[in-house]
Amino acid sequence: MEAQNLPWIILLLPLLSAATILLLTRRSGNISALISTGASLITLLLGVALLRLPDGAHVQAFPWLNLSSNFVVEIGFQIDQLSRGMMFVVTAIGAAVHVFSLAYMKDDEGKARYFAGLSFFMFSMTGIVFANNFVMMFVFWELVGFSSYVLIGHWFEKDSAADAAKKAFLTNRIGDFGFMIGILLVWGLTKSIYFTQIATAVVDDQILNGVSNGLLMAMVLCVFCGAIGKSAQLPLHVWLPDAMEGPTPVSALIHAATMVAAGVYMLARIAFLIPMSAGAGEVIAWIGAITSLIAALMALQQNDIKRILAYSTLSQLGYMVMAVGINAADAAMFHLFTHAFFKALLFLGSGAVIYACHHEQDIWKMGGLAKKMPITFVTFVIGTAALMGLPFVTSGFFSKEAILGAALHGHRALFVIAAFIVLLTAFYMTRLIVVAFLGEDRSENAKKAKEVPLLMWLPLVLLAVPSVIAGYEFFYKGMKLSPAFYAHEGPASVGLIIASAGLLVLGIGMAFWGYKGEKSDPLNGYRVTRWFANKFYVDEAYAWLIKIFQDGLAGVANFVDKVVVDGLVARLPAAGALRLGDAMRRLQSGNLQSYGFLFALGAVLVIYLVVFK
Amino acid sequence: MTLLEAIIAVPIVAAIAIAFGSPTRPTAMAAAAINLVLILMTFGQYDLTLEGVYQLTGSHPIITVPDLANVANPGAETTLFGLSTGVDGISLVLLLLTGLVTLAAVWVSPAEDQIKGSKRLYYLSSLLISAGALGAFCSTDLFFFFAFHELALIPTFLMIGIFGSGPNRVRVAWKMTIYLGVGSMILLAGLVALFVALGGQSLQFADLQAWADAPAAIASASLENWIFLTLLIGFGILVSLFPFHTWAPEAYATAPTPTAMLHAGVLKKFGLYGLIRIALPMLPNGAAHWQTLLLVLLVGNILYVGYVTMAQKRFDLMLGNSSVMHMGYAFLGIAAMNTIGVQGAVLLMFAHGISIALLFALNGHLRKRFGTLEFDRIGGGLGKLLPSLGLLFGFAIMAAIGLPGFANFSAEVMIFFGGFAGLFAQQSGEGINLGPVQIATMCAIWGVVISAVYGLRAYRNLFMGPLPDSTKGRELVDLTLAEKLPLLLLIVALLVIGFAPGLLIKYLVSSIENISHLAG
Repeated sequence: MEAQNLPWIILLLPLLSAATILLLTRRSGNISALISTGASLITLLLGVALLRLPDGAHVQAFPWLNLSSNFVVEIGFQIDQLSRGMMFVVTAIGAAVHVFSLAYMKDDEGKARYFAGLSFFMFSMTGIVFANNFVMMFVFWELVGFSSYVLIGHWFEKDSAADAAKKAFLTNRIGDFGFMIGILLVWGLTKSIYFTQIATAVVDDQILNGVSNGLLMAMVLCVFCGAIGKSAQLPLHVWLPDAMEGPTPVSALIHAATMVAAGVYMLARIAFLIPMSAGAGEVIAWIGAITSLIAALMALQQNDIKRILAYSTLSQLGYMVMAVGINAADAAMFHLFTHAFFKALLFLGSGAVIYACHHEQDIWKMGGLAKKMPITFVTFVIGTAALMGLPFVTSGFFSKEAILGAALHGHRALFVIAAFIVLLTAFYMTRLIVVAFLGEDRSENAKKAKEVPLLMWLPLVLLAVPSVIAGYEFFYKGMKLSPAFYAHEGPASVGLIIASAGLLVLGIGMAFWGYKGEKSDPLNGYRVTRWFANKFYVDEAYAWLIKIFQDGLAGVANFVDKVVVDGLVARLPAAGALRLGDAMRRLQSGNLQSYGFLFALGAVLVIYLVVFK
Repeated sequence: MTLLEAIIAVPIVAAIAIAFGSPTRPTAMAAAAINLVLILMTFGQYDLTLEGVYQLTGSHPIITVPDLANVANPGAETTLFGLSTGVDGISLVLLLLTGLVTLAAVWVSPAEDQIKGSKRLYYLSSLLISAGALGAFCSTDLFFFFAFHELALIPTFLMIGIFGSGPNRVRVAWKMTIYLGVGSMILLAGLVALFVALGGQSLQFADLQAWADAPAAIASASLENWIFLTLLIGFGILVSLFPFHTWAPEAYATAPTPTAMLHAGVLKKFGLYGLIRIALPMLPNGAAHWQTLLLVLLVGNILYVGYVTMAQKRFDLMLGNSSVMHMGYAFLGIAAMNTIGVQGAVLLMFAHGISIALLFALNGHLRKRFGTLEFDRIGGGLGKLLPSLGLLFGFAIMAAIGLPGFANFSAEVMIFFGGFAGLFAQQSGEGINLGPVQIATMCAIWGVVISAVYGLRAYRNLFMGPLPDSTKGRELVDLTLAEKLPLLLLIVALLVIGFAPGLLIKYLVSSIENISHLAG
């Protein structure tokens, strides 16, 4: 096999799988599942093989849209550290999710549709990772939004799932509105849509010198809008928790490693653009930090196991976005990398719990699962430790320290927020473990729970390994990835480690003693915690805003259209042209047929002239 | 008889045959299929390497006059007007659109025993609409260009008035007649003025363009401006340009399925085609003068009508309004006045034509099964019950809201880049700034959000959620294979052009570069 064809195969194999299921095997769920899972395992192998391809390897591009003779939008591939590393993560998590789904979705009616959706999702995500230009990235960006619509809305006969799917698509579209304008601005200002060409024009040729900062800021922030939507940053974060309506493996795929990570990945791709505008980085960093803080606070008071993880994801993404904003895009990518493994582990672990408890998702109706599901418990604890950043023995520690270290240098306020989130994270994850896994069982479903089958626990075990080791240097050397990923290994200072470890212990301790043996949440009922539990009422506020403005505007426009525009334009007797229309009507005065007859007579006359002249 | 004349003649002959007793459906299907093959043949015969504008030309002069310009040969005559046909890349793309939609429209027409009224009229009307559109897109003579379009309007009115749904069908047909009649009158006035202003020697496009390209072709700048405005309003009414759009949603909602498909999908594109073929290249200064006005109106199409679309509670009215809204994008491509934008506009005419025809066909299937198109009365939940309809419906909605992979997205992206080409052309540095076209483009991009809102809402309200009690007891039949085929034809066309827009763009490039006065 030609090495140059490798990226094409990785891109097209999932598409082929999705198309095969759609066209041929959609009546057989089992065959479809095997096709899709097979494709995902092969792409994982190819994703590993891809690591050997050199930087800048030339891959034949496909000219997709030729706008003019010298401006062609290609489906082209950028092979470098970033894309190879990301592709490994995407294919690895993808394969784990596929295998897990074989068991989880065993008896689902829409199994074929589900696996076709998974394959199509992998195709879309692969396109984002490989994209060598903005338009191609946008194409697959939208396709990711579409596949998430299909997957989140898998159980579309449920109102909640149908609404969640729609909400995810629309919220992403709002982000894409900004993204598209951003792309057009980049094109107009730098004269290219290709990342390498833009980098040359901006960094080497200084093409943006003298352009007003307002325009540059608009350019950077509009592009950032795309990431706000995909990575669910404030104020477009509302779709992500609702997206938990999808099957749990989908949550693992979308909310751990792929879709939401795409925003951060894109920012890392274009990180060189951010410093071009004074102040844009600052805005990005603060949006990330505030998202991170708000989401962590919301996570404190959720009772649905998946929602806790969803808000945790929001919080961690905020961390990454903050890192991009303070010019530490490689720290962000490092954290994206490690987070992908342990968050996928946690989501699949929660899927195993939900499966074992007969689709019970409320942690207060679980309890005592540690003894009944030892493998799930142990792997879940490993994932939790990594998410909290347990010093030296988890991958999350190194990547989190990298971000904290970057924030410590000159961004004191951001650092304080970031450090506080360490405490919050330790607290809400300990709460989850204590309530769901320890103590006594608190429901029939929890009592009857037992360990999940091999196809489900195997992915958990396999994901637990990188959750531990993905922070160490040897892991990246083994994957032939450059220092960009592990340069931050080794914390900034001993003081930092001690401080963050102290916060960690404090968080764990408070939650452990606070929730040990409790049957309901002791924090319940306070005004503050009610705000956390109700997600700061953002969804309610949006619903109200949409009703007032969006639907209100639509209603007013509709009224105006019926009464004013239609009335005025159709009936304004003063308009001479329209009087002509009336005259014409009176002239014909009869019915439609006679009008038609006159027209036809004219037509016959014309034909007569043509033929007999 | 040239190939193009045959393409125009086939549906007319078939219509006459049907009128005189030939079996309706087989004859109409055969004519539509033959025509699609003939249209594909024109693609084969079209030579991309040739210079010059029109190919596959044919001409039947009707009135000739002494050629005053030809000093060397005083006795020479030139054609004043006649049935001249020819195609360039733009007309080719529109012929393909017409061929595809005609076949699909005839195909989805109800079986004869389900038509209340004259079956012959029903079938021959579709063919005549198609013939009129084909004639207008092939004509290279101003008179026939206009006359063919008028020819196609007659059966449109008749179909709505006689076979339309709802109690208001006659009133709706009249409203449309008045609007389009007035639009045509204004257009005719503009065309006559253009003809006179450009020397009054010939109605042939090529001659008119040659006159227009001469230095100071139209002596007075204000005359040129007024002629352009007249054409803009005339063509604009036909394309439902804001605020002359209110005839369209009701007319489409009332029209029988094949008529809605053919008018919204094909015939409406005549006005855009006229702007690109005549107004823009022959009156470049007038176009530049009214650019801002056009931008304001088209933003009205996209944002204002977009919000109107969102407020609709019936699927057919939503479709009708969405079709008005999407015309704003085509206008934006034209208003950008550069080759990227105009290419995008033509590609969008194709993409929108196919996708709106597809949606009206699906609309017909829903109407047949439910007798109503009110979201509240259908109540949702159809996805499980009618999986095939739901799947194809999903494709159609995704195409319409511009999902990548469908032709609509390629076209919209081109139009957006056309809108920003003005910024691209500026020297980067201190002076670089956004202009009105870029502002309008940003508004148009918000329109993409609006279409997603109403598109997904419609899908949610029809196919998702639990099945309401009102539907539970009913015997509903999913699409049969025969019903699926015409829909698949259109979906495949959208996907092919979405994945490889180059297949059509290569025909457009040289033709649009030939249109004078467009920025690169």
